[in-house]
Amino acid sequence: MEIPGKGIATGMVQTAKNFLGSYVSDERMTTVQYPEERIPSQENARNFPFLIFDDSPEAGLRCVACKICEKECPPQCILIVMKRDENGKPTKQPEVFDIDVSVCMSCQICVEVCPFEAIKMDTEFELSEQGRFDELLHDKDRLSKSNEYYRKIHPTEAAEVDAKLEKERKVKEAAAKAKEAAMAKKAAEAAAKAAESGAEASDPKDQEKVKVKVPKAD
Amino acid sequence: MEFLDQIFIWTKTQVVGALPDVLQVPGSILLSILPIMAVFPLLFALTTVAERKILGRIQNRLGPNRVGPFGFLQWAADGIKTITKEDLVPRNADKIVHFLAPVALLAPVLLAYSVLPFGRGMYAIELDAGLLFFFAVGAGTELAVFMAGWSSRNKYSLLGAMRAVAQMISYELPLLLSAVSVVMIVGSLNPNEIVAAQEGFKGAGGLIPNWHVFTPWGLAGFGLFMIAAAAESNRSPFDLPEAESEIIAGYFVEYSGMKFATFFLAEYLGLFVISSLGIVLFLGGWHAPAPFALFEIVPSWAWFMGKLVTIIFCFIWVRGTLPRLRIDQLMNFAWKFMLPMTLINLLVVAIWQYALAWDFVGAGLLRWLICGGLLVGPYLALGQGLMNSRNWGKRTYRYAS
Repeated sequence: MEIPGKGIATGMVQTAKNFLGSYVSDERMTTVQYPEERIPSQENARNFPFLIFDDSPEAGLRCVACKICEKECPPQCILIVMKRDENGKPTKQPEVFDIDVSVCMSCQICVEVCPFEAIKMDTEFELSEQGRFDELLHDKDRLSKSNEYYRKIHPTEAAEVDAKLEKERKVKEAAAKAKEAAMAKKAAEAAAKAAESGAEASDPKDQEKVKVKVPKAD
Repeated sequence: MEFLDQIFIWTKTQVVGALPDVLQVPGSILLSILPIMAVFPLLFALTTVAERKILGRIQNRLGPNRVGPFGFLQWAADGIKTITKEDLVPRNADKIVHFLAPVALLAPVLLAYSVLPFGRGMYAIELDAGLLFFFAVGAGTELAVFMAGWSSRNKYSLLGAMRAVAQMISYELPLLLSAVSVVMIVGSLNPNEIVAAQEGFKGAGGLIPNWHVFTPWGLAGFGLFMIAAAAESNRSPFDLPEAESEIIAGYFVEYSGMKFATFFLAEYLGLFVISSLGIVLFLGGWHAPAPFALFEIVPSWAWFMGKLVTIIFCFIWVRGTLPRLRIDQLMNFAWKFMLPMTLINLLVVAIWQYALAWDFVGAGLLRWLICGGLLVGPYLALGQGLMNSRNWGKRTYRYAS
């Protein structure tokens, strides 16, 4: 036989335990005092995109200003202008890379489409500002963050990306080496031919080509 | 010690004595009203913070802790906010009734304070039918609630007001009948005499105070009274007239700013006054709980406030524990459990009163056994019966065609 009111009594005891226990043990507390204390961010947290650079914020930026993310962005919050050198030749670097935080919907599509692993999701969430327009438009300097930072906030994902990039680099290096070897061979053959024919004009041109190719592979 | 007990009365007589003859009567009236108007709203302010903190602790949170030491100035911030807020009145509302409803709710609640003794000799007016006066003015709150719900021209308000009136009228009955049990024993409707009847100590070496709650009928009556009091003052788990999550605060919906704060104030003052009545009826009023010399230093009004704060804590504790009832559960509980139990309690009171005249060895024990059995038996039977007849099954819904 169940005594009427037993369930209520059990509940009351439970809440009394919580009430008294909250004064005794800190492990019970489910909340932290936010501005002073913070819970470390979760690895799979994602909030807002940022740009990764490898060595230096200017030159090491992985972004090549291909504008794929700009085109794919559903709310159209990205603006990219490619940098051009004094001759008007594109340099595969962004001159302007702006993201409007007030428009961004954190869909991560820019990250999905980027073939260069240049844009990733950040965990920074305190993005409130005093102004509505310029302050919420994040420019290239503000968006650029180092690869070390990326490793820190998303260790697993960053390791995968690093491994992939390393692999790509090795493949490219191998290809470059093969090409270099082929070029060297060709050059040697050409040199031999030139030596045979006595003409030396084509030799430095070939040497230059090889030199240009090597830094590109990196 | 004696002085500390009577400090407020002494102050009042001194001040009134210093006034010119013409002002003595109004001055005396004013000085009787002012403490009530000052102490209980302040208690309300502190309760709002304490409630949030206690509910937080029950949920393993800290609760508000930003404004002032440990957050205990939160009420000041909230008060300033509500006072400076815009007062909105719906365009189609009945403006006069809409304006009057908060006042009509607060006034009877404040009137009810006038008859209760908060300490030795500390009461605003002495009425022979004080208890009757209390319940008579208390019934006025139902009208105010319906005024608020009707004048707002809002379906949620009206729904909340309908629920509130149904609930208040249903629980008025057990509330009155459980209070009547005390009147039967004491033979007076005067709160001062009810408190005086509970003076002294008895049993177990003279350690147990002579309060009504330490008798079988008193314990049952106190429990029933407090449950009905929770329902009367719309406290959780009987807070379905407000029901923030269902009908978005019921009859408060169209109120904002200071009018909303007035409703809130009236509700909490109603809770305090009905708890105070519970103390007067069952918990010995301002009498000390044990016959120790140390306890006699503590003034009587401090005992009263201590008991009041304890009861308020229990209400908050219940709020932190129990979920809100459904309207049919509420009505079933009122008419199928509360009312029969209070009626049985009245019978038990009559038997107890008759058995008090018994004068043989073991009469006291026999009295306890008979009265206790007469209460526990029906309690178990009613509880079992109601639990077994819950008819849990698939719910059917009726829609308006």
